Amino acid sequence: MKTEILHNFTSRSRAATADEAQRGKFRSAMDFLIAKRAAQFPDPTEWAELRESGQQIRQRALAYLPKLLVQFEQKAQQNGMTVHWAETPLEANQIIHGILQRQQVRTLIKGKSMVSEEIELNQYLQAHSIQALESDMGEFIVQMADEKPSHIIMPAIHKSKQEIAALFAAEIDDTPYTEDVDELIQIGRQALRQQFFNADAGLSGVNFAIAETGTLCLVENEGNGRLSTSCPRVHIAITGIEKMLENLADLPTLLTLLTRSATGQPITTYVNLISGPRRADEQDGPEEVHIVLLDNGRSQAYADVQLRQTLQCIRCGACMNHCPVYTRIGGHAYGTTYPGPIGSIISPHLLGLAETRDLPSASTLCGACGDVCPVKIPIPELLLRLRVENVTRAGTKDHPAVMRGQGAKYRLSEKLAWQAWSLLNTTPALYLASRRSAAGLRHLIPSVKAWTQARVMPKIAPQSLHELIKAHQEQKS
Amino acid sequence: MSARAHILAKLTASHDQPGWPAPVALKTNPPRTINAADQLAQLKTMMAAAHTEIHEVSSENWPEKVAELTQAKNLNNLLIAPKTALGKQLQAQWPVDGVTLKYDLHHSGGKEELFFSVDAALTSCRSAIAETGSLVLWPSPAEPRLMSLVPPVHFVLLDAHNIYPSLTEVMQAENWAAAMPSNALLISGPSKTADIQQTLAYGAHGPKELVLLIMV
Repeated sequence: MKTEILHNFTSRSRAATADEAQRGKFRSAMDFLIAKRAAQFPDPTEWAELRESGQQIRQRALAYLPKLLVQFEQKAQQNGMTVHWAETPLEANQIIHGILQRQQVRTLIKGKSMVSEEIELNQYLQAHSIQALESDMGEFIVQMADEKPSHIIMPAIHKSKQEIAALFAAEIDDTPYTEDVDELIQIGRQALRQQFFNADAGLSGVNFAIAETGTLCLVENEGNGRLSTSCPRVHIAITGIEKMLENLADLPTLLTLLTRSATGQPITTYVNLISGPRRADEQDGPEEVHIVLLDNGRSQAYADVQLRQTLQCIRCGACMNHCPVYTRIGGHAYGTTYPGPIGSIISPHLLGLAETRDLPSASTLCGACGDVCPVKIPIPELLLRLRVENVTRAGTKDHPAVMRGQGAKYRLSEKLAWQAWSLLNTTPALYLASRRSAAGLRHLIPSVKAWTQARVMPKIAPQSLHELIKAHQEQKS
Repeated sequence: MSARAHILAKLTASHDQPGWPAPVALKTNPPRTINAADQLAQLKTMMAAAHTEIHEVSSENWPEKVAELTQAKNLNNLLIAPKTALGKQLQAQWPVDGVTLKYDLHHSGGKEELFFSVDAALTSCRSAIAETGSLVLWPSPAEPRLMSLVPPVHFVLLDAHNIYPSLTEVMQAENWAAAMPSNALLISGPSKTADIQQTLAYGAHGPKELVLLIMV
């Protein structure tokens, strides 16, 4: 399904829920990930202590964020890396394009990076005649199918092995159709090996950036992240400004929370700590390392103490794995880079609330996302806050204009309806008078069509509770 | 105003807002007290669970074991780091001829050979972590980083005295924060992926086999 064909969240999610095969794939994938994660946190006391620590580390880092960014920049420069700052996706793309142009790079090999998806780097580079090739198996599959990732940890979760087998057979030269997963992975390995050998530049994301030592931490299982950052002569890393950690000593706690929450692994196969380009006497490793620090709306989230908690996120994806809405509609229905509960609270900052107005409502508020968050982001509370921002006009008393697109769902008729409702219920004389014409009130309530799709519209009773009690008491006496 | 100045100005303007929790000092967990034997057992359990092949060796006989495994696995060649202590010992005690290669990316075709002709490599490791079953590698000029990554089979030699209970402890004991190398690594098994229908497959892009030789 191409997401751009359907133009809004409601129609995309309706189409997604009608696709039973896709729902089955998401259901089984989420069940698998939920069980794997649960097995990694058998002791509730340890879990409580760990996530308390995780929350404290992230909040401490955010409290010092401006200082840590400067410290990180200084240390990274001392280590021989080049630090770039970008406020917008366009600026980030231009910076990366500039580096590649100076180095005369035609092919960029990419490790997994959701921030590069966020800025649509591949599309930007393609328009400038530079090929960006995804090397994470999931991303490789998704790119080959001309789609976007549907999950931040497992990008190709929406595809069956039969679909991938057909895709490989059609798109990779001399490839027979095979549903054997080991064979499929070996086909992908062979296809990419030459690319790693040839590539002049590699790009990666960043899981954590450590201010104390000017170090980038990257976790992965496949080795493509290591190849992308070790083999080409230029390494470019891109990260949101919020990924800072104060100290190296903060890393073990977050690392264990991340890998256990994400895929139920005690640790990933590779944890890469990069603190600079190759040194004078070293035989391999990149000659240049560049880091792009991207804002893209994060400083907007930072400006509000409640919304700032959004930035604690370590991108484990556990919230989406446990979300009943995500499980039923899949990642593409959200139409944003980051889907699921975390996407619903981060995307409004990246894209503006006007563009993402339906996302804060794409939740049952069951609380599962908040319960599994390893750094204790109160996601349901933040969803409610964004719902309020949606219907509050900018500049209103008690609501300073912090959100771009604030008031996207504000409707005067709805506002008046609720004001009337409030007045009615706090003025006994009006309440009494209105009761007799209660049926007419229904028209003041905004459309309830969606609500009544699965429910029966309640009928106004002929006698009110007050009248019934009064009659009952009279009968008794 | 530059992007840098603008971003920092926005953050600085709001970073002292009332209501945000004050920075707290993190309580550090007391050092764990698992003894050496338990650490070794834990490391082996974790690494075996992550599909690592494990052999116990001695400081004298390990070259023989490497040779035996190289033959058993039908490997045509083995890349070694000749200038390291283990490279020297291996060359001195290597019982068969003609299967070792010496790492030299500077020599023409070195990289091509590494990518397309090398079957296996042997590296050292600095230490290991029992809790997660991880090996700590700090690649060096003598033992470059692609050695542990590109060849399909990776042999690693670990001295059992260098096993630590957790990552926190190894970082503290070895004082990592004082001087990080250009690239430090934790390796916890052979390369793998579950990106196709959650089915685990080994040998995605890195080594298909990780063979750990523990000197006890």
